Amino acid sequence: MNLKVDLAGVSLKNPVMTASGTFGSGEEYSEFVDLSKLGAVVTKGVAPTPWEGNPTPRIAEVYGGMLNAIGLQNPGIEVFCRRDIPFLKQFDTRIVVNVCGHTTEEYCAVVERLADEPVDLLEINISCPNVKEGGIAFGQDPKGIEAITRELKSRAKQPVIMKLSPNVTSIRDCARAAEAGGADGISLINTLTGMKIDVRRRSFVLANKTGGMSGPAIHPIAVRMVYEAAHAVKIPVVGMGGITCAEDALEFILAGATAVSVGTANFINPYVTQEIVEGIETYLREEKIDDIRSLIGAVK
Amino acid sequence: MKTAAICEVLSQKELIPGIFDLHLKAHEITAAAVPGQFVNVYTKDASRLLPRPVSICGIDRKHGILRLVYRVSGEKTGTRQFASLRKGDEIRLLGPLGNGFPFEEAAGKHIFLIGGGIGIPPMLETAKAAKAEGAEIDVILGYRDLCFLDDEFTAYGNVYIATEDGSIGIKGTVLNVILQEQLRADIIFACGPKPMLRALKAYAEAKNIPCWISMEERMACGIGACLACVCETKEKDAHSHVRNARVCKDGPVFRTTEVVL
Repeated sequence: MNLKVDLAGVSLKNPVMTASGTFGSGEEYSEFVDLSKLGAVVTKGVAPTPWEGNPTPRIAEVYGGMLNAIGLQNPGIEVFCRRDIPFLKQFDTRIVVNVCGHTTEEYCAVVERLADEPVDLLEINISCPNVKEGGIAFGQDPKGIEAITRELKSRAKQPVIMKLSPNVTSIRDCARAAEAGGADGISLINTLTGMKIDVRRRSFVLANKTGGMSGPAIHPIAVRMVYEAAHAVKIPVVGMGGITCAEDALEFILAGATAVSVGTANFINPYVTQEIVEGIETYLREEKIDDIRSLIGAVK
Repeated sequence: MKTAAICEVLSQKELIPGIFDLHLKAHEITAAAVPGQFVNVYTKDASRLLPRPVSICGIDRKHGILRLVYRVSGEKTGTRQFASLRKGDEIRLLGPLGNGFPFEEAAGKHIFLIGGGIGIPPMLETAKAAKAEGAEIDVILGYRDLCFLDDEFTAYGNVYIATEDGSIGIKGTVLNVILQEQLRADIIFACGPKPMLRALKAYAEAKNIPCWISMEERMACGIGACLACVCETKEKDAHSHVRNARVCKDGPVFRTTEVVL
């Protein structure tokens, strides 16, 4: 039985990765999960310098999901390279570094700094809804997506995956723009912009007013968008959005994703990523499927 | 060691309207827990998906019994689900989480243990531990109106009560109690709402009394990964090198001089 997949030229032992921002750099979850059992760890977004993030409250629960407006608090690339990469290197898993910035130059600085670091893939966050500059500003206009992709591809040593926002008119156009810019893959969906109001206090629950919605409630939207994106491009797609179990992950793969990322579910169950790997194995055995790759895009 | 465990409910009762007292069989968690730590309590399904961080009110290591006293935060909430638990039911927990009070600092000292509202429960186990260290304890409890757990503190020290409406004890805040009763302490441990903690921080720092407070913030993961529950610190925090420490992992107990309130 084969669980291995090839993501943009990088072999993953299985298609299960973590979703950026929900798993830190793996250290906290390594108390619960054997990181070597995962296809890859995708890190929290990292910028050239430390970012403070947004004021609190940064999260709110909603029915079947949550809103977050963390605002990409991170220690900056130097601490990340010194501390987090060596930590992750202890494990037999792929390292995907999520890259964020306020400007094209900032994204470039992180990508260039990582050139000689032992990381396998770069995921470029052009879809964070919670920072004023950068983030989603780059990811809602196909021309902007193509331009930043091209710029980063000219500097990156590792394969580049562009992380796309669902808060767009046409996910197909955004996927095609990333491909036209030379992306080695795309990942989607980032969170859907939402808002929650406290009716007793008559104010916004989040200090940032809006936040990104994630969790099981967004799963069908994400599956639809992954399906559309996968049919619009030839480069591999990483599917994510509301995965809580192996079946949720398999929906993305059947819709056309080569790999998947598990995010909010880590908060519900810190063991969930490893359980999903095991659940996929069980599924393949039960369904008498030899190779997971035969499922990628199998539902047309 | 943090353990995820499915725990059996031994008993549950409502202390005053909306405040519940839950006893659980949780050997692994009680074996590792110290006062001031908390546990993640998980809801039945993903419709209310985030764990609820609940402070530990009692640790019975011998019998492996964990006691949680919590407030139901509203209808259709996770805590409302917990309130329906009966003897023999099961619930999923993760813990112990965070850092507790440094109760060994209380050894042989005169201390204030201060709790406000739903910040009172963790002070009970803290009182027990401080008493075991030989501390002389003044317990100061602040309530809106109805009291709970106050009678249990009398085993560990002098108990003073403040209520907002003055129906029991002194009318006003825990700080009114300290000033009116002219109480003195070498160190302070406290948990409660932010305005109370802010007032105690100012009081303790003006009087040069070492003071540790347990902070509250909305949490998601509870283990330090998601960076939802940060509080502002004076110095750069160890994790992100900004000035935002993680309440769940670096706290919830902080020295007042470390944090900006």
